[in-house]
Amino acid sequence: MGAYVLRRLLALVPTLILASIIVFVTIRMIPGDVIDLMLSQNDIGADKLSRDQLISALGLDKPMAEQYLRWMGAVLQGDLGTSLWHSTPVLQEVLDRLPVTLELGAMAMAIGLAIALPIGVYSAMRQDTPGDLIARSFSILLLAVPSFWVGTMVMVFPSIWWGWSPEVNYVKFSDDPLQNMKQMLVPALVLGTSLSAVTMRMTRTMMLEVLRQDYIRTAWAKGLQERVVVMRHAVRNALIPVVTLIGLQAPLLIGGAVIIEQIFVLPGMGLMMLDAVNQRDYPVITGVFLVVGVSVMLINLLVDLSYGLLDPRVRHQ
Amino acid sequence: MSGTASTTTPVSAAAPPARGPVRVFFSRLVREKPVGAAAALLFLLFVFCGVFAEVLAPYGYNEINMLERLKAPSWAHPFGTDNLGRDMLSRCLYGAQLSVIIGLSAAALATIISVLIGLLSGYLGGKVDMIVQRIVDAYMSFPELVILIAVVSVVGPGMLQIIGVLSLVLGIGGSRIIRSAVVSARENMYVHAAQSIGASTGRVLWRHLLPNIMPPIIVLFTTRVGAVILIESGLSFLGLGVPPPAPTWGGLLSGSGRTYMFQGPWLALAPGLCLTVVVYATNVFGDALRDLLDPRMRGSK
Repeated sequence: MGAYVLRRLLALVPTLILASIIVFVTIRMIPGDVIDLMLSQNDIGADKLSRDQLISALGLDKPMAEQYLRWMGAVLQGDLGTSLWHSTPVLQEVLDRLPVTLELGAMAMAIGLAIALPIGVYSAMRQDTPGDLIARSFSILLLAVPSFWVGTMVMVFPSIWWGWSPEVNYVKFSDDPLQNMKQMLVPALVLGTSLSAVTMRMTRTMMLEVLRQDYIRTAWAKGLQERVVVMRHAVRNALIPVVTLIGLQAPLLIGGAVIIEQIFVLPGMGLMMLDAVNQRDYPVITGVFLVVGVSVMLINLLVDLSYGLLDPRVRHQ
Repeated sequence: MSGTASTTTPVSAAAPPARGPVRVFFSRLVREKPVGAAAALLFLLFVFCGVFAEVLAPYGYNEINMLERLKAPSWAHPFGTDNLGRDMLSRCLYGAQLSVIIGLSAAALATIISVLIGLLSGYLGGKVDMIVQRIVDAYMSFPELVILIAVVSVVGPGMLQIIGVLSLVLGIGGSRIIRSAVVSARENMYVHAAQSIGASTGRVLWRHLLPNIMPPIIVLFTTRVGAVILIESGLSFLGLGVPPPAPTWGGLLSGSGRTYMFQGPWLALAPGLCLTVVVYATNVFGDALRDLLDPRMRGSK
């Protein structure tokens, strides 16, 4: 196991380097006139920075390869640069914001699984019955409903009908855990429901595959109860690929969090990035971009490792 | 396997009155996938609304009428009016036009990019494949929306930028599907035969491989249309898509309009419903297409 973890970590290095190049090149596509735009839009030039200072603050006055190496060197030392607006280091702010997004993501994932697993398993057990049909139509419909529409409706209609609206003043988890969880519940429900569609379909497909295998037939033949056959024998094996899906959904989850954070004004990474885009705060955009990519990679690594813990067949390969 | 082959082949082989593959396909669609056929009709209706928005819309998309502001749905304004008295039905129809333009062109471009990357990477294999796949890996570890937001922050919002960026990002992501189709197709006898009579790489790719991986390409394109429409509306919702006054569906739901939704809740309903119905129709049609054209991909839904 130790050697396997090490090998996987080493395999991550080239991907990380490529990802950092993608981040770097994407942001470095800034054409010259954007500098002017930044100067005129933000009034940075007026009181804070001159054009040349801005260019050198962005590091645009050096050759590309040198810019990359300098930036990468700083990143490796934990320096993601400084915001053009607030003089706080980007890393500091990212670390402040990351827990909000992670909490939202974890809650949404838990809610998504709580919806998807029972329905997916039921749907497979009762294949082609009206119940299965309803569950399947529901999941296809969920795939089509944009989460930002659901979020908008959650903001608008309860307020009109019952005068209830989600709390927009963010309460930190460390200040009041209960209030914080209550506040996160509605956004997490919106995000989790939209995520559950894919998991539901996947669970159903995997269950159907497992239910047709010989050992399930043996379990039935032994006269075991349906509950035991399904819970003890089928679900455990069907869930392994579903765990991979959690890793695959990590990017979707973070992408969704950007929109949900904007609707419910949660101060996470998504809102941070949007604010940075609106203020054209490139060091912040680069920093968030990189941290998001690395987080997704680490989540996928953890998922792959847990795969080995869940399934003895994988462990010995 | 041989037992099932004998029962399935006559269906496709025996069709004595020479019917084109397209007609055969549509009759199969209607017969075997009635829901998919209905979804296809719904999708065509959406394209029709988009193409003829100028003719169908009773008002202009930016026609302000302060006397009629925030009117609830009525016969004169079936979807109601917004805070400037603009007819929501007309705005949704013009929104459909933008969605048609962006959806179809970005999905087409994305598919072309996927095919180019997938063909080269899958067919050439070896080092090229390994390098290309690592780049695709790295790319896919970023959420699409986050890449799009970062790129839009650089190129700025606008229709052409959105089409370009969406097709590039989705094109790289989709190349996986094409690559796996190429990898399995390249071991076919006809490919080896073409190689052994000295056909050039380009000829093998264009004349032999491409026609044989058309089913996954068509399916990819169809599902991409829905994905593009959904992501574009997300971007417009965040104010990073096609800038106002263009009435994109996502933009109609965005923050600036939200303040008026408390007085006119119909403002929140129409654009969201349009989006859901269109994306639903493309998804269902895409699933039906996949089941009919490409049985191998059936498990992957």
